[in-house]
Amino acid sequence: MILVRAIKLAGYYVFSSKEYMSRVRGGLNSTEIRISSKRVTAYVDRIDILLAINEGAIGHLGRRITKDTQIIGDEDQLKSVTGEYNVLKIPVLKSAEELGGIIFANVIAAGVISCMLNIPPAVFDQIIINMFARKGEKIVEKDLQAGRKGYQLGEELMGSKDFKFEIEKDPSVKDELLLSGTEAVGLGCLAGNCKFMASYPMTPSTPLQIFIAENGKDFDVIFEQAEDEIAAINMSIGAFYAGARAMIATSGSGFALMEEAVGLSGMTETPVVIYVGQRPGPAVGLPTRTAQEDLNLTLYSGPGEFVRVIFAPGNFKDAFELSHRAFNLADKYQIPVFILSDQYFAECNYNHPSFDLSNLVVEEHIVETTKDYRRYELTPDGISPRGIPGYGDGLVAIDADEHDEEGHITENLEIRARMVDKRYTKKMKLIKKDIIPPELIGSDDYEILAVGWGSTYGTIKEALNHLGLEEISFLHFKQVYPLHPDTVNYLDTADKTVIFENNASAQFANLIRMETGFEIDEKILKYNGMPFSVEEVTETLKSIRGL
Amino acid sequence: MDAKDFNMDDADVAWCPGCGDFFILQTLKETLAELEIKPENLVLVSGIGQAGKLPHYIKCNVFNSLHGRSLPPAVAIKAVNPELTVIDISGDGCMYGEGGNHLIHNIRRNPDITNIVHNNMVYGLTKGQASPTSRTEFKTNLQVEGVFLEPFNPIAVAIALKASFVARAYCGDVEETKDILKKAIKHKGYALVDIFQPCVTFNKVNTYQWFKENTYYLEDSHDPYDMEQAFKRSVETDKFPLGIFYMNPDKRTFEENLEVYQEDKTPVYKRKADMDKLERLIASKR
Repeated sequence: MILVRAIKLAGYYVFSSKEYMSRVRGGLNSTEIRISSKRVTAYVDRIDILLAINEGAIGHLGRRITKDTQIIGDEDQLKSVTGEYNVLKIPVLKSAEELGGIIFANVIAAGVISCMLNIPPAVFDQIIINMFARKGEKIVEKDLQAGRKGYQLGEELMGSKDFKFEIEKDPSVKDELLLSGTEAVGLGCLAGNCKFMASYPMTPSTPLQIFIAENGKDFDVIFEQAEDEIAAINMSIGAFYAGARAMIATSGSGFALMEEAVGLSGMTETPVVIYVGQRPGPAVGLPTRTAQEDLNLTLYSGPGEFVRVIFAPGNFKDAFELSHRAFNLADKYQIPVFILSDQYFAECNYNHPSFDLSNLVVEEHIVETTKDYRRYELTPDGISPRGIPGYGDGLVAIDADEHDEEGHITENLEIRARMVDKRYTKKMKLIKKDIIPPELIGSDDYEILAVGWGSTYGTIKEALNHLGLEEISFLHFKQVYPLHPDTVNYLDTADKTVIFENNASAQFANLIRMETGFEIDEKILKYNGMPFSVEEVTETLKSIRGL
Repeated sequence: MDAKDFNMDDADVAWCPGCGDFFILQTLKETLAELEIKPENLVLVSGIGQAGKLPHYIKCNVFNSLHGRSLPPAVAIKAVNPELTVIDISGDGCMYGEGGNHLIHNIRRNPDITNIVHNNMVYGLTKGQASPTSRTEFKTNLQVEGVFLEPFNPIAVAIALKASFVARAYCGDVEETKDILKKAIKHKGYALVDIFQPCVTFNKVNTYQWFKENTYYLEDSHDPYDMEQAFKRSVETDKFPLGIFYMNPDKRTFEENLEVYQEDKTPVYKRKADMDKLERLIASKR
């Protein structure tokens, strides 16, 4: 993060994404950093410079390393690298050890690159000071030394070889935000007046839990680490019942444990916001990798029939706005609303213009109850005004059993049918009027339509830019359920449709077919735990175009 | 106030005639009336089972949740609105079986709620299977050769976890039960009240008479602040002691520990989003 921050403060557009093993320490891990004169928000395969501080790095990155890749690293680590590669040896690890341990290798490496990019040392030093201040002066001093060592090595390197970086800077980048996908969601949740989060730690949703916990004091949010996921979601539903907007953050298996309570939200018409950071399953799967495998899980979670809304942000603006919207929508329709993210999206970072808060409204949907208040009063549109206990003269009864208008248990089958009409049929009509349409990127007059949802947004968009072909456009869904009625029109217009999904069964394509009858022609599915790269999408679209 | 203030005149009560739950319902109403707790400020949270239906028969705010899951919403309700009186009421299957993990961790959490557990040593709603508190050799349609699992001892478990209030009552003794319930509700912190209650349909062993013969009240000399003594008494099973076993006066409640209430006592649900602060937080990400 030191380097990413330095790059951004120097006025370059920056994107970073990490892939790592599920271990407390060690393993083969890498961080990709893109430095650009134009906005970059996506993962690429190409590696221009590889700073290897681990012997296994070359093998680990495999075919992503080419003859054009400048490999930089310690002599000892790069012994096995043969002549065909472009290698420069500098003592990163050795210098780290001299400074007191290999823990400093990252800062030294950051210093090397920062120097090569001609980032003023003062900018770099300030970032270190800000980042390590909490850890005490000694540590700050050590890391400053490490940074300077990196700069020194960088200068030597630049002197030894004719490096040229011609990346144009854009001074406006300095004033932009540098965020992760997690932070964009977290800020949106705070904007949505989230007041309660109970959760159980699970990668890759834990960073959102940390974000809320860290900001709890300033934003009056109660964060509680629950004893298990079951408790977490039941707590959050309890909090929403009592008037505090509440959410949970979890991931695949953790969410599987919560399923029963999604039904509780549906049955009792108590709102709840559910953030699911997807990772490859089933069961424990690959904890630190990425996937889009849990659309079906969220879509069908919970017994019985009730309505839900599922968002899948593809960029930080969407992440912020959809998270805010999730709370308003949950509150308005008294339903569970999902924010479906994934490891790649949650943990990537890039610079982004600041968010506009001026139009954000925290809608008030709670009513003061009167003596004759009935929680499930049958109304023409199916929405019963939601009261909360202790606010007004009425009583608020909710029940996981089938219930009457007062909220009390019933086995009256006529009431049952009317409650289903209310919870499902009528509410479905309402939420279908409130769907965010898919975003069409490119010309209206397309022959090939690429389709994506959630985190593939940046990648497919960049691939389209590279291709620059009028006849290929991209349709991105940030709301994946319910589907917007225009969906089928967009698809029908194309001669050929192709969907990109990070799963093996084309879950979203199947959902589209089920809802519209439209069968997407080509399904490009990636399920090895890594995100699509810009190159992969570009090549795929090229071959579909016959290029 | 009067117990009648809590009556639900049109409630269709699902319990069998003679069920011990009727005693608990009436005793609870009297307790609430005598404590002057207004129905509007009271939330009863329950799970599933015959005991879980009790909140439907009493005038107040109700959260009838899932089986075993009443404690999580109860603790959250109290946390976001500490001005409410929150009582979690459910049966032995809900609290000691399906929801056992929540029991353990809410004792640790110590929310200021009362947790009433109807303990009839059998599953009533599902028609007569063993509950975690069924005595050994108890024969059922599923435990056909009789129960051989060690019965769950909620009192001992709660004391071992240093719960802030641990008591056992017998529903047939209305006055004594009322006294225990009053103290439990007034107690600041988590209060567990296990109430022995006969199931007249599915438990022909642990009857009114059996409970009468197999229980006795802790002596006045019992010191509820002595954890070791309390634990010793909790493991007695020849005859089951009734009364307040243990109190732990040193525990801060969950709500008291929450950062949001350190300087400002306004219930969290009343607090608005602070967009200026959010602007500043966003700006700090530059």
